[in-house]
Amino acid sequence: MAEGGHSPLEQFMIKPLIPLEVGGVDLSFTNSAVWMVAAVVCATLLLTLGMRGRAMVPSRLQSVAELSYEFIANMIRENAGSGGKPYFPFIFTLFFFILFCNLLGMIPFSFTPTSHIIVTFSLAALVFVGVTLIGFAKHGLGYLKLFVPGGAPFVLLILLVPIEVMSYFVRPVSLSLRLFANMMAGHTMLKVFGGFVVSLGFAAGWAPLAFTVALTGLEIGIALLQAYVFTILSCLYLHDALHPGH
Amino acid sequence: MEADAARMIGAGIATVALAGVGIGLGNIFGSFVSGALRNPGAANRVFGNLLLGFALTEAVALFALVIAFLILFS
Repeated sequence: MAEGGHSPLEQFMIKPLIPLEVGGVDLSFTNSAVWMVAAVVCATLLLTLGMRGRAMVPSRLQSVAELSYEFIANMIRENAGSGGKPYFPFIFTLFFFILFCNLLGMIPFSFTPTSHIIVTFSLAALVFVGVTLIGFAKHGLGYLKLFVPGGAPFVLLILLVPIEVMSYFVRPVSLSLRLFANMMAGHTMLKVFGGFVVSLGFAAGWAPLAFTVALTGLEIGIALLQAYVFTILSCLYLHDALHPGH
Repeated sequence: MEADAARMIGAGIATVALAGVGIGLGNIFGSFVSGALRNPGAANRVFGNLLLGFALTEAVALFALVIAFLILFS
């Protein structure tokens, strides 16, 4: 890509705002960190302000808070099965963090923390390690039954078990790559079409401009959808940990 | 310069994955529409699954995009 100029990937640059180095480790407060903090603050504000009234007939903000609670609670009940309830706070936090990171990234000139694979991979690795620990804590070595599909003949098992093991270890990669790639591709595409508007000028620039508007709408949909997919897959993995072997 | 040309061609070939994704997406939405027309009452219940399938399929396209980017820029 062109140096220094207007590369569509320039928006993903991490800039340290408050340089800080502790023991040779770069701990600078970056623009990525700013938007992550913003996401946490927004989610907290939405929920605390929404639930402050505790009205019998909810206000609009309170309905949003209550509906989102119900949405996640339903998701866990349907996908994680029985025994998923104790993990509600984690799943809820995960959903709102990703959702607000994605949505705040749609503000022009802002930064999307979830467009960096290290952020999404940390989240996915947290889910993966947590689910594995829960599985072993609940079922001991019986958790390994997850890798042995029931009812398969022994000859097939030689083939199936390595595949199951591999698919288990690919989970954090696919989970993180999906969110990261969606966010990065979407923002890059918006930038590329924005570049078309400028280069085509007044004559024909309106066509890519209209397309950019439509794409922005699509990207907001994707932002919601990817947060949903990330959490629903976490729920499904949790289901495997709580009920292995089927 | 040949390496550059080969890189461009490779990135182009990497997008061939989109053919499979196109088939998959068409399949998902086509099946949803035909299923929803047969049994409109059940349409709302499978809408979540529709979105999940859409997102999972779309992710494959984005994996191809990531690989294309990796070939181009690394």
